[in-house]
Amino acid sequence: MSDAILFEKSQLQPNANHLKGTQPTSAPLSVRDLAVAYHKKPVLSGVSFDIPEGQLIGILGPNGAGKSTLIKAVLGLVPKMHGEVKIFGQSYREQRRRIGYVPQRESVDWDFPTHALDVVMMGRYGHLGWFRRPGKKERDLAAHCLEQVGMGDYMYRQISQLSGGQQQRVFLARALVQDAELYFMDEPFAGVDATTEKAIISLLEQLKKQGKTVLVVHHDLATVEEYFDHVLLLNGRLVAGGPTNEVFVPDTLQETYGGRIAMIGSRSEKGQV
Amino acid sequence: MATFWIILTAILVSSACAILGCFLILRRMALVGDAISHAVLPGIAIAFLWSGSRDSLWMLLGATVFGLLTVFFIQSLQAGGLSSDASIGIVFTALFAVGVILISLNAAHIDLDLDCVLFGEIAYVQWDTLTLGGTDVGPRAVWMLGITLLVILLVIGLFYKQFKLCAFDPALAAACGIPVVLFHYLLMGLVSMTSVASFESVGSILVVGMLIVPAATAYLLTDRLGKMILYSVLVGAASSVGGYIMAYALDASIAGCMVAVAGILFVLALLLSPKHGIVFRYARRKFAAR
Amino acid sequence: MWNWIVAILSDPNTRWILLGCLLLGFSSGIIGSFTFLRRQSLMGDTLAHAALPGICIAFMLTETKSVGLFLFGALVAGIVATFGISWITRYSRIKQDAAMGIVLTVFFGIGVVMLTRIQHGASGSQSGLDKYLFGQAASMVMTDVYVMGGVCLVLLIACLAWFKEFKLVSFDPGFARGMGLPVGMLEQLILLLTVIAVVAGIQAVGVVLVAALLVTPAAAARCWTDSLSLMVLLAGVFGALSGATGTIFSTLVPNLPTGPVTVLAATVLFAGSALLAPRRGLLARRLRSLQAKSAYLREEHATLQTLSAQRAQQERGEL
Repeated sequence: MSDAILFEKSQLQPNANHLKGTQPTSAPLSVRDLAVAYHKKPVLSGVSFDIPEGQLIGILGPNGAGKSTLIKAVLGLVPKMHGEVKIFGQSYREQRRRIGYVPQRESVDWDFPTHALDVVMMGRYGHLGWFRRPGKKERDLAAHCLEQVGMGDYMYRQISQLSGGQQQRVFLARALVQDAELYFMDEPFAGVDATTEKAIISLLEQLKKQGKTVLVVHHDLATVEEYFDHVLLLNGRLVAGGPTNEVFVPDTLQETYGGRIAMIGSRSEKGQV
Repeated sequence: MATFWIILTAILVSSACAILGCFLILRRMALVGDAISHAVLPGIAIAFLWSGSRDSLWMLLGATVFGLLTVFFIQSLQAGGLSSDASIGIVFTALFAVGVILISLNAAHIDLDLDCVLFGEIAYVQWDTLTLGGTDVGPRAVWMLGITLLVILLVIGLFYKQFKLCAFDPALAAACGIPVVLFHYLLMGLVSMTSVASFESVGSILVVGMLIVPAATAYLLTDRLGKMILYSVLVGAASSVGGYIMAYALDASIAGCMVAVAGILFVLALLLSPKHGIVFRYARRKFAAR
Repeated sequence: MWNWIVAILSDPNTRWILLGCLLLGFSSGIIGSFTFLRRQSLMGDTLAHAALPGICIAFMLTETKSVGLFLFGALVAGIVATFGISWITRYSRIKQDAAMGIVLTVFFGIGVVMLTRIQHGASGSQSGLDKYLFGQAASMVMTDVYVMGGVCLVLLIACLAWFKEFKLVSFDPGFARGMGLPVGMLEQLILLLTVIAVVAGIQAVGVVLVAALLVTPAAAARCWTDSLSLMVLLAGVFGALSGATGTIFSTLVPNLPTGPVTVLAATVLFAGSALLAPRRGLLARRLRSLQAKSAYLREEHATLQTLSAQRAQQERGEL
């Protein structure tokens, strides 16, 4: 099917071939032979990888490559046609408490009558069980997380009055409050201003320092090398995966994005235009 | 006394609808609510045929099932790729048609006038009383509605955070382990139950009107969900009382007047709401421009 | 069976009703295709409910029951309703579905108030307006059929003349605007035609069910083809078939009203289409996705076998 194994030495196992047919491991996220299809069109096929712990991993690929679908399939939000997903060695349902999810901003109705603090508190609902109501403990936790993202002054602001960047930070605070070990973020940098972008990246660094693992669907190729330790390149299948400096090279990028890609002003040793 | 029962019935209907309506509007399911209130008709007809009368709580439950069926069919069609508006339109009209046919064919056994289906006969509510153990405890409709309202308060009160999260961000809710589908059906089941309980007394126009309009009015008046529900109930009550007065003055349909008053209150909020009203927003913009 | 049909057709009254319902079904199916594609299927329902005050006002001003007059009243009310909906969505944070619901119920409520006033008034009991609400196809006479025929003709001609424009406006209004097409006017035109179909339809099937005449045949037709012209034609045919079935069955069975049976017939056609249509039908798609899955699994299996053979070789090679 695909080419020979390219990056045997890397921590992240790349390319379907290498891991195909093996058992999932107890890595934070271990995926084997994942396939997802909408109606009869396959969106993802033969995706297998293990994610190393405590790293920032970027998921890249052109539009329609299946990046969001990958996350949604892992979280059980869309049905899988085939494949196995293990989180810290167990199923998603058992490990739900250890996962944090930041969906795309458009997925939510920002006209909802609620304020920023309330949105962040919603992140704790999963921990409260069926009947308990959120109380002072949840409120304090939420307030703390809002301060961490620099939104402490906007706690009671109606969410429709927030800018795009501020909304994104509220979402991040909501993810923080979930106190997870493995985070999934779907295009957190999309359409935000420079301040928010800095805030997000410093938050990610903080999470990494705490030993958390973060998977981020990303679209801006220019910032990949700066932000991420590892990358997964998707285009319906896993083209390549591994440490950024090994995988983020013109050959694999071209295979992922098709057409020629101009890499301007980046590392000079490994291939250039 | 008659006035008292009529207004009480109307307030019970409007309160039940107002609470549910808030969630319907926030979830963009206003028209599903409209569909359900029509689609319960066959359930009511069948329950009539089954029990021979309108007396039982079973009718409430049995007909409620049809509301759930409606939601199920709509979901199935949507999952099959049909657009949501078409799914709703096809399902509720088919079910309503079944209901009308059942009623027409069994006119002898079903004491339900088709006009009543649309408009209800709230003026006659007081005559149809319930007797428990030999004593007259008041109109049956009031009892049914009272129980329905109680159930709604209980369910929404108990699972408030789940309903809220499912309305705001169903993807996160699912990721948190909240059974989104269950709560969807629960909400729609409550809408169904309310439609059935209200059907005879106020007909489907009032039900749909009270589901959507007061909640929309409240949506324009506040930015907190809790307050929105409260305002919605208050606006609903005001529409009920105001509508009754208007109907008395004009000698016209009570249910129609109640919806009309709700509409007037909505337009007032649309124009004059301090937070979202058109007049104030315009004034603020002019003021800011200076 | 054949004798039955002959017997039915020999009654002139039934013939008129049959013709009227056929024409109505046909024209509703045609204009319904466009509203279906524009995802405005419930607009028919909204317009039907909103038409009531318009009809009542027309009656109150002229004291006559004339379909033409009602049409005009309904038209004005329909236009006011659509403006109301877009006004609400544009100037407040209320979304389109809620706006439609508000306009639908409030207009209808006002209409009911007017209706009961009329009924309590002097000329009220002669008005037959409430029969109008529920659809009394059985009371259709020659003049009504002429009106239906006129309606049908108008709709057909309009759709033929502006087919390309309607197609573009339904598919991609932004692009159409960019091309210089008067999108606003075309959308109003489609709306106008929908109102015409709705008002005619209320007579036959009643307020609540008229939406079905617009949506269901169109949805059924969609399952069979990807070509718009074919779909529109098919929708018309399905609509006509439903109308015919409704009429026939209601004449055969006593106490059975035409409207609901028509709607049920349309629904059955839809259900059949949704299940059985090749390519877009449910069964066909199930079959295809099963095929896709098993093809995928076969490939996976083959790859796995190759892989394990490779690995075995490697191990032997390393030993």
